[in-house]
Amino acid sequence: MSYFSDIYKGIKTLLTGMSVTGKYFLTSRKGAITQQYPDNRDTLKMFDRFRGEVIMPHNEENQHRCTGCQKCEIACPNGTIEIIWDRGIDEQTGKKKKKIDKFVYHLSMCTMCGLCIDVCPTDAIEWGQNFENSVYDRTALTRVLNEPGSKLMPGVED
Amino acid sequence: METNTIETNFKSEEYFINMGPQHPATHGVLRLLLTIDGEIIKKVEPDLGYIHRSIEKMCERDSYQQIVHLTDRMDYLSSNINNEAVCLAVENALELEVPDRVKVIRTIIGELTRISSHCLWWGVMGMDVGALTTYFYGFRDRELINDIFEETCGARLTMNYNVPGGLMFDIHPNFIKRVKDFIVHFKTKLPEYDRLLTGNVIFHKRTKGVGILTKEDAISFGASGPVGRASGYSCDVRKHHPYSALDKVTFNEALKTEGDTFARYQVRIQEMWESLSIIEQLIDNIPEGEYRVATNAVIKLPKGEYYQKVETARGELGVYIISKGTKNPYRLKFRSPGFSNLSLLNHIAVGGKIGDLVATMATLDLVIPDIDR
Ligand code: SF4
Ligand code: SF4
Repeated sequence: MSYFSDIYKGIKTLLTGMSVTGKYFLTSRKGAITQQYPDNRDTLKMFDRFRGEVIMPHNEENQHRCTGCQKCEIACPNGTIEIIWDRGIDEQTGKKKKKIDKFVYHLSMCTMCGLCIDVCPTDAIEWGQNFENSVYDRTALTRVLNEPGSKLMPGVED
Repeated sequence: METNTIETNFKSEEYFINMGPQHPATHGVLRLLLTIDGEIIKKVEPDLGYIHRSIEKMCERDSYQQIVHLTDRMDYLSSNINNEAVCLAVENALELEVPDRVKVIRTIIGELTRISSHCLWWGVMGMDVGALTTYFYGFRDRELINDIFEETCGARLTMNYNVPGGLMFDIHPNFIKRVKDFIVHFKTKLPEYDRLLTGNVIFHKRTKGVGILTKEDAISFGASGPVGRASGYSCDVRKHHPYSALDKVTFNEALKTEGDTFARYQVRIQEMWESLSIIEQLIDNIPEGEYRVATNAVIKLPKGEYYQKVETARGELGVYIISKGTKNPYRLKFRSPGFSNLSLLNHIAVGGKIGDLVATMATLDLVIPDIDR
């Protein structure tokens, strides 16, 4: 007797499960969360806080906000940031002042922890949204974040 | 009669096989050395070290702010809870009181992390016993939580959202709405999980009475989390040593007494309901206030020893810091739940079949980087 009731129970639970999958089979288009990447590249928008890579924004006059204080370099857990700095003459005061020569960022080592951006006193660096970083040569992932010939924005002090 | 003939004609012999390090059922680079006799398991020997990154040693080099992001890489499915553990330990050592807002947000994010981890586990559990569909459903619901995290923290897996003293930045304006939407959505999906898998007769046959762990053994092997609770061992850190805002909410500790694979499954399903209820209680009254209190740029813990434990999705995570008063810890030890839970695998798998080992391992819910660190 239990043989037949087992068969009955088995079929019943299978049908219960299949009612769930069957429902999705019929309404599969509704509520699909799959992103059609890379076909949707043009419309894909990441969240504003998305951590893609560290960037240094410049204004129209090719000026950035980095004073070369090296706080980010110290905060970085794995030496991703290297700041090569120099002393230049401050145009306003005529005194010697620290300035960055190169802000080197090794994207291949970055863990996207955000500590550098968190400590920067002048908000010179921020998150960029780009995440398509596949390259054939690893050295292409080492970037100099300050544009050539760029200067410190006037009035930015740390 | 028949068995006798087989025994005399074919001498049975024990032999070794490797399961892993690259095996789909070990969910990571874990190598199991199986001694088997036919299909019966005689011994399971886990061989660790394939993904060892010496995180504890790295912690001795790093400042206390930097340690937090390393814990993302241990149990990556509970990264927010791991972060919280280190931050709580540092805050306790500094005797720093964080604002209520931080506590509530940390608890909500922690419970969301638990749900997302259990969703992934549920999908993978089904897949391990041969039901591929669950995998897609589990990941579908986890995706919504990942979106919540991505909007607020900027990352989907390795969040690093907690800092000693609070949170790195405030929650996103959409956070509350998204979490509420998720609760509504997930409440319709959890019963589907039950209909699809929990009641399924094949699933019962694969899991009931398999891999039984008694309460005594659970305690002596140091089992924690759902594995311990399925054996009737009340070990929820959230209940016994509440941290953050967990003392303000009411929830039931999911307990079962059978101790088999099916009981561990049920405990996790029930935990998802409890986590939902915790989030519901908190989401409407996130207190106003600061999201971070300032700490010194260089954090130096006073000389001494500090211990903080939290309940991750897998069990009790302990952070033990010995400080000599400098800016780095002298020694930092993680007591990870996965390691203790793996240690009892041999005990519960011996005598069973290879197929049952896969089902048993699925409900231990091992995350290998958590074990190897
Ligand atoms: S995000 Fe972290 S790892 Fe990357 S550069 Fe900043 S501090 Fe370094
Ligand atoms: S990016 Fe910010 S923290 Fe880093 S050197 Fe420049 S100003 Fe200092």
